[in-house]
Amino acid sequence: MLPGRYLPIFIALLLGTIAVPARAATIQITMQDLVFAPAEVSTRVGDTIEWINKDVFAHTATARNGDFDVTMPPKKTVPSVLKKAGTVEYYCRYHPNMKAVLKIEP
Amino acid sequence: MFVRLSAAIAALSLLGSAALAQGAKPTDPQIAHIAYTAGVIDIAAAKQAVTKASNKDVKAFAQDMVRDHEAVNKQALDLVKKLKVTPEDNDTSKTLSKQAADKLAELAKLKGAEYDKAYVANEVAYHKAVNGALETQLIPSASNAELKSLLQTGLKIFQGHQQHAEHVAAGLK
Repeated sequence: MLPGRYLPIFIALLLGTIAVPARAATIQITMQDLVFAPAEVSTRVGDTIEWINKDVFAHTATARNGDFDVTMPPKKTVPSVLKKAGTVEYYCRYHPNMKAVLKIEP
Repeated sequence: MFVRLSAAIAALSLLGSAALAQGAKPTDPQIAHIAYTAGVIDIAAAKQAVTKASNKDVKAFAQDMVRDHEAVNKQALDLVKKLKVTPEDNDTSKTLSKQAADKLAELAKLKGAEYDKAYVANEVAYHKAVNGALETQLIPSASNAELKSLLQTGLKIFQGHQQHAEHVAAGLK
């Protein structure tokens, strides 16, 4: 049992610890048959993208502006955390016909 | 510089015209053989490039080609096994192999930057020719749905390779 006077502090701590992770979401982007899906995703800085490669080929998610470059081996999932805001077009370096967009809010 | 189209590419172009105009639509076992052969040819060219190329982007591209084409061909082998289809050798496959061997010998004589340029230029032209053959002949002629679907995935992969090769070629100038 918590003495009454500590309760507000306890709640504040609880909210404090929850507030940060609750804002950061995990978003899945799949590569299958040489297509990024969904092709356009809205996210925020701090969110994690789980890049799920369902193909038997290696792919990359390479930002045209250089903000990120993630390599996904065949049949593997690779997480990456978004660090910079912006509307970023990205593509696969190995198969440049694979293209998609991430809208990253600050 | 003029890049002479390799004879193998000329052979692939024939797929769309004279060779098959006489009413001979390729059968699934023949299509499987042609597609597999086309992959083997590119793997052989890429393995040569992995040892011979001097530019690091060209070398990396060649490694990508080995990896992707081996993955496609493994899928093709798994599929023909599943479908109990025996790939059937045919004149198109034979012409492709013979002329690719000549091209490989021709490239083997080149060195350094000259080799890099010739290899990448041939990759652009070769993928273009294979994509043309897939689009106009092999995919429309395939009757099995799974074979058709694998060829369609192959087309997307090879279109990607063509763009990648064009990008590498642009970087060599």
